[in-house]
Amino acid sequence: MSDYVRQLPDSASGSGLSRPPSVWQRFHLDLPLLILLLIVTALGLLVLYSASGQDMGAVLRQGRFFLVGYVVMLLAAQIRLQRFQRWGPWFYLFGIGLLIAVDIVGVGAKGAQRWLSLGGFRFQPSEVMKLVVPMTVAWYLAERTLPPRFKYLLACLAIIALPAALILIQPDLGTALLIAASGLFVVFMAGIGWSYIFGALVLAVLSAWPVWVYGLKEYQQQRILTMLNPESDKLGAGWNIIQSKTAIGSGGWDGKGWLKGTQSQLDFLPESHTDFIIAVLGEEFGLRGVIILMGLYLLLLLRGFWIGLQARSSYGRMMAGSLTLTFFVYIFVNMGMVAGLLPVVGVPLPLVSAGGTSVVTLMAGFGLLMAISAEQRTVSH
Amino acid sequence: MPPPIALKDPHREARIYSARTIAAVLIVTGLLALILVRYYSLQITEYETYRTQSERNRVQLQPLPPKRGLIYDRNGVLLADNRPSHLLSIVVEQVPDLDATLAELQKLLPISEADLESFYKKKARRRPYEAVPLRFRLTEEERARLAVNRYALPGVTVEAQLQRYYTHGELFAHAIGYVGRINEREAFELDSSDYRGTFHIGKIGVERYYEDILHGEVGYQNVETNAHGRVLRVLERFDPRPGADLTLHLDIELQRTAYEALGEQRGAVVALDTATGGVLALVSTPGFDSNLFVNGISSADYSALRDSPDVPLFNRAVQGQYPPGSTVKPMMALAGLKSGLVTPEYTVADPGWYRLPGDSRRYRDWILKIRGTGHAPRVAMEMAIAESCDVYFYDLARRLTIDGMYEYLQPFGLGERSGIDTTNERSGVLPSTRWKRDHMNQPWYPGETLSAGIGQGYMLTTPLQLAVSTAVLATKGRHWSPRLVRSIDGQPLVAPELPPVEASPEHWQAVQEGMHAVVHSARGSARSIAKGLQYEIAGKTGTAQVIGIAQNEIYREENVAERHRNHGLFIAFAPYEAPTIAVAVIVENGGGSSAAYPIARKVIDTWLLNESGTELAAAGESGG
Repeated sequence: MSDYVRQLPDSASGSGLSRPPSVWQRFHLDLPLLILLLIVTALGLLVLYSASGQDMGAVLRQGRFFLVGYVVMLLAAQIRLQRFQRWGPWFYLFGIGLLIAVDIVGVGAKGAQRWLSLGGFRFQPSEVMKLVVPMTVAWYLAERTLPPRFKYLLACLAIIALPAALILIQPDLGTALLIAASGLFVVFMAGIGWSYIFGALVLAVLSAWPVWVYGLKEYQQQRILTMLNPESDKLGAGWNIIQSKTAIGSGGWDGKGWLKGTQSQLDFLPESHTDFIIAVLGEEFGLRGVIILMGLYLLLLLRGFWIGLQARSSYGRMMAGSLTLTFFVYIFVNMGMVAGLLPVVGVPLPLVSAGGTSVVTLMAGFGLLMAISAEQRTVSH
Repeated sequence: MPPPIALKDPHREARIYSARTIAAVLIVTGLLALILVRYYSLQITEYETYRTQSERNRVQLQPLPPKRGLIYDRNGVLLADNRPSHLLSIVVEQVPDLDATLAELQKLLPISEADLESFYKKKARRRPYEAVPLRFRLTEEERARLAVNRYALPGVTVEAQLQRYYTHGELFAHAIGYVGRINEREAFELDSSDYRGTFHIGKIGVERYYEDILHGEVGYQNVETNAHGRVLRVLERFDPRPGADLTLHLDIELQRTAYEALGEQRGAVVALDTATGGVLALVSTPGFDSNLFVNGISSADYSALRDSPDVPLFNRAVQGQYPPGSTVKPMMALAGLKSGLVTPEYTVADPGWYRLPGDSRRYRDWILKIRGTGHAPRVAMEMAIAESCDVYFYDLARRLTIDGMYEYLQPFGLGERSGIDTTNERSGVLPSTRWKRDHMNQPWYPGETLSAGIGQGYMLTTPLQLAVSTAVLATKGRHWSPRLVRSIDGQPLVAPELPPVEASPEHWQAVQEGMHAVVHSARGSARSIAKGLQYEIAGKTGTAQVIGIAQNEIYREENVAERHRNHGLFIAFAPYEAPTIAVAVIVENGGGSSAAYPIARKVIDTWLLNESGTELAAAGESGG
């Protein structure tokens, strides 16, 4: 098995040698990844048009975000991977500084301070940390023998815990967890023993009660309770989940048709164009549509893992794995929460939900993936 | 063992990574499959459930309240109308902060404690997204103020609704009654689906008695709404069936005449159509504006009405129970004739007082304090009725006994509810030995029979009962259960007839002649109303004692406080030869019947001279 896996980069690089670099390769673009992204973003805009109540303005706005995202991706793909590796820790220090600044002078939104206002441009430092934290952990571990030893592991945990804690006090539990996960994925891909992983899981389960009692704010507890029993508060917190489940369920296999979803078109579905947009897709395109989107996501994920497998450096591998898994977490948490499997946390459906920040971060991540993919090719030149 | 030298082994690291990638792919695929299973269960397994739920979300069954039936007087004058009224309601689900919104609204328009209380009660019972009414009958200015501030008040709606309006609220308050907002107890008892969308219900009077007919049947429409409850389109509609319109026997002119004739005095007038048993006038004073009750009366207004010593909310015409006094004498006379104890020619010695055999106590005749003697040495029936001779009826009562009186007076409807089509009717009291035993656990004393014989003591009648029994006297025996409603949606409603009072024509004649003489004889007790009369009236005066008079005391009006003065009564029917109207009048603390008979005359004048213009013209000529 491992032999087979090791064969792959060799055969790929072998073919790369024989041919001159294509246009795509010259611009460090991973064609399968790009094509998948284009399909998903196009589908996203289609659903958004319906979810926004057929508001072309919202679609154009989101299209502009995508444009910015693709440019960011293109630029990121041009940067040599070693630069990312070297800049990582400096980004990290800068990011920590920004997070502290947010906690002190940030702009509030819905009871949480997440934004920094820089000359009229609102900016969410925690979003950037989704890339910077794994970069830093990967930078730290790339210098060391893998799998990492225990003391290095502790250092990694410290790197992860500091920004996570700063985001948690904003408070933004969802993002804090996502950032912690993105860092931990690096550690996972670095190959720490399964005993650590299971040990950590057992510890997490055991600490659930004290965290519930002392760690979570009331609204956070409420979200979890609401997920467990949405009927308990039909018109309050449970409303979102009941309506999204109704939207999805009433879509059936075929869906009600584009622009014909009654739940979303008649405003029963809250946040229909942002976090709950999968419910619009489920209602209007049915289970078929859900399977198609999920298939596209799965192909994206597999391509990400594939790029990791082909990477030459440990840094590239760990980053590719972490970025791919983080992308997966977005998908899993969002689709799970809208379907009532997970508590409602503010996680958008990647590349489909309306919103600029997450698009730019995600596309920057894909740019990084392309840089990893390009590194493998440039090295082989 | 010394720690191994940290040497990077790229092949080993790549191998580790490959293994981790395989694990990650497995985990990712597994979790995505889990999500997919969830979507499958929602969209395929539970599809029907959610489709239904989504349909129910989208489509709302909205009640369409029926239009309440209108009420007209006998001439087609509209008495109870439905007028558009604007009400302020709140869709609680759309209000971000209810307390803040209510505080904001209170700055814009007055909202009483009662409004708030009923709002909170209704709020607790509402369906999701149902508008809960907060304030009724918004003024033009209030609506304008709300419209200006609308942007700041999400979830606050103003809608127009048809609402009861009484065109002559005060005149017909007791006759028609009123509607009011459905209270908690009524909401509990009502068929809730029938009253969806209806906020008012008949509370009292005709409005209450005919509630089922006036209300109509609720309709429904299926509407597509958005989450904010805004109706986007109507999918299906079942029209409501409007309530039936009622035409009453009541005549607005008669009603007004009676009301104005009573004026500031407390009292009641009931007039019946002797041909149909229809109620031509039913007035109780003081009245009140029944429109006050439609939207929940303010507590200040209500306590003013409730605590007034004149008890304006009390419907004296059907609830007031008064001793009939001498108005009972014509019925007593008929009882005497029927029992054979007297004939029209039979006479009684009248020294001005009466004594029971073997008892020294003297029962005074009212005339004694005026003339110091009786009406005449010997008094026969006609004079006994015309001059209201007490001694004649003391003697008759003694011989008839109280149970004999009960037997003969009961067929006139005394002591029983007449069954009129309104609420709160009382039965009065027609005493008997059995009644006294049952109610007071005491034996009957002979002296009490004498009091009963002149309509005092335990005997109590309502003005309505007096009117009914007067109609019996007028029609020589026809006994109606009176009706206020003449027709329902044009379909005539016939007043039920009760078993007639049987007597020979001669007996009826004798009694009626006595009543005729009350007005049309030189010494008749109501002779003063005969002046200028264009037709003939038969009547009977009555005075009901409010306080007991000690044996040796003589009642003098000027000595007693206004509230302790005697009630004045008068019953009458006209025209004498072919009666069409029977009237009963009571004036509380009027001092005597002279307060009552002019009112009866005005009512009868209005009725008879209204019926045909020629009579009216003739009356005017002869008067001039």
